Amino acid sequence: MTAIDELFQRLKGSGKKAFMPFITAGDPNMTFTSKVLQRLETLGCSMAEVGFPYSDPIADGPVIQASYTRALGNKLKLQQIFDQIQSDRSERKMPLVAMVSYAIIHRQGQEGFIQAAKQAGFSGVIVPDLLVEESQTMSQLCRKHDFNLIQLVTPTTPPERALRIAEASSGFLYFVSVTGITGERTELPADLVDRVGWIKERTSLPICIGFGISKPEHVKLLAPVCDGLIVGSAIVRCLEKAGESQEQALASAEHLIASLLAALEPAKG
Amino acid sequence: MSTIDSTAPKIVDPKSPSSNPTTSASMQVPDASGRFGDFGGRYVPETLTRALEELVEEYQKARKDPDFQAELDELLHRFVGRPSPLYHAKRLSGLLGGAQIWLKREDLNHTGAHKINNTLGQALLTLRMKKTRVIAETGAGQHGVASATACAHFGLPCVVYMGAEDVRRQKPNVFSMRLMGAEVRPVESGSKTLRDAVNEAMRDWMSSVEHTHYIIGSVIGPHPFPQMVRDFQSVIGKECREQCLTSLGRLPDAIVACVGGGSNAAGMFYPFVQDTSVRLIGVEAGGRGQQSGEHASPLTYGSPGVLHGSYSYVMQDNDGQTSDVHSISAGLDYPGVGPEHSYWKDTKRVEYTSCRDDEAIESFDLLARNEGILTALETCHALAKAAQIAKTMTRDQHLVICLSGRGDKDAAELARLRGQEW
Repeated sequence: MTAIDELFQRLKGSGKKAFMPFITAGDPNMTFTSKVLQRLETLGCSMAEVGFPYSDPIADGPVIQASYTRALGNKLKLQQIFDQIQSDRSERKMPLVAMVSYAIIHRQGQEGFIQAAKQAGFSGVIVPDLLVEESQTMSQLCRKHDFNLIQLVTPTTPPERALRIAEASSGFLYFVSVTGITGERTELPADLVDRVGWIKERTSLPICIGFGISKPEHVKLLAPVCDGLIVGSAIVRCLEKAGESQEQALASAEHLIASLLAALEPAKG
Repeated sequence: MSTIDSTAPKIVDPKSPSSNPTTSASMQVPDASGRFGDFGGRYVPETLTRALEELVEEYQKARKDPDFQAELDELLHRFVGRPSPLYHAKRLSGLLGGAQIWLKREDLNHTGAHKINNTLGQALLTLRMKKTRVIAETGAGQHGVASATACAHFGLPCVVYMGAEDVRRQKPNVFSMRLMGAEVRPVESGSKTLRDAVNEAMRDWMSSVEHTHYIIGSVIGPHPFPQMVRDFQSVIGKECREQCLTSLGRLPDAIVACVGGGSNAAGMFYPFVQDTSVRLIGVEAGGRGQQSGEHASPLTYGSPGVLHGSYSYVMQDNDGQTSDVHSISAGLDYPGVGPEHSYWKDTKRVEYTSCRDDEAIESFDLLARNEGILTALETCHALAKAAQIAKTMTRDQHLVICLSGRGDKDAAELARLRGQEW
């Protein structure tokens, strides 16, 4: 059982939902990333998704793309991500998920990557371009190392296939809200709640919704039908000015996250 | 899955072979999952899966539908001007003093390159799938022009993504695309070349996939693109094989083609895969030198990895980040290559080599002055290597060059490179 599995068990017992920010590793450097992760935990985030910058991301919109370009422009290396995450490990209780393009994993070898990520303190990985058909070996290796392989379903996934993906996934199922790339949306698809509800009835795996979520209204709408929410671009956008003023960037991210967390727990206070 | 995956060393030896080199190349590739040996496959976000499945289905149906083939053949004949001639370059042959040189004149196709063979096929599929919009990427602009042409012919709206650097160096093609009603969107991210144009087209497709078809211009990308583009381009090799049998009474001794993503080479080589007496030679862009970043030769200097949805030789660093590449020619300036070329490399069916920028530029004059043909800078890479190879052959041997595109588009860039006035 991974820290992610334990987290969802705990949340289920208390009837709470997970809130999972996405941040880009090394934007602009790993020292800042480490600081952001500490603040996220202090704010009460359940877990965090750490994006590994990749030179050719296809599923990412302009905000996350630009953050990858900044990180790689500062010569970020894979080993630096692992080293920093590992050195903060003892102070962190919040589980971490790595978001990594398959090109990076392949270059390390699947098992080598899983071992290195686990040793650093990650509990699971999301590989946005590893389809369920291609994921068998990775899935087996993750099971062997008690590591979660979190798979995605999207609005274009037919129902049968969605169930197959849910079966192959571990930790949680990543439900992509929109047909498109990452990035804030003003409105989310009208049938989203129904579609999540449909699969929720058919799987015991926790479901987290991501892509496009950036406003308290989105959180209020979606929280009741899922087990967790993922917010990426809106937060990365707040942090993008960290090169100029880290404190200002952190303050604006904190402000946004606090408003989203408040929407997640309206009964609080 | 590659054998590299399960062995899991921390850093993979970039020169380690990825598939069993003892097996000979088959024409019965790819398999149902899109694999050419270990290469190919489908590494894309889940969002695109349904569209790719739909494309596989429609393409398989179309292949078996005589009406589809008849419509495409008719277009290739009357609109494109096929069959393209196989021309005996006698003066050049005499000058080099070796093998007889034959040119497969894809430069004489409508729009001036082989790219139109593929875009007409895919545009017909777009209509069959009832999709109403087309997107494409382009490097040299030839695929962009061919896409714009096919879309104008069928009345489909067309958006072409093109690296900002390529927009600069291939201006005539940008203008042509716009004249035919296509929207050219310059891509400012990354190296501002072909690789970034592919990324941007993929991102567009992620959001528009329900009503848009992405006409990939080379034998790259996720299954079924490498197979489908090869098949549409195979008209080159099929014609050439027949023309050789008619004109020479036998098969040629060697065939040379340039390789960026590798579509003209794949289309030329594929029908000859089992003719083992025919040497097949693919020429990559050697750029300014052998250091990473100085060339665009993944088959010569790269190692297997994942880029743009398939597993193939690629220029990557040890972290899996795509390396910058360089070529004088926009159409070859690409860090990856089609998976079937990787398969042909590892099965040793095709020899791959590379040609430097300066050699390519120099060879432009060979055909211009001796045969009256202006050759695309991409094709000049094949030409330069072919001239070297021909000299090592005898006068009764025959060498075919796939003359994939014409050089008008490069006139201004060539003048700039040579410090001449334009």
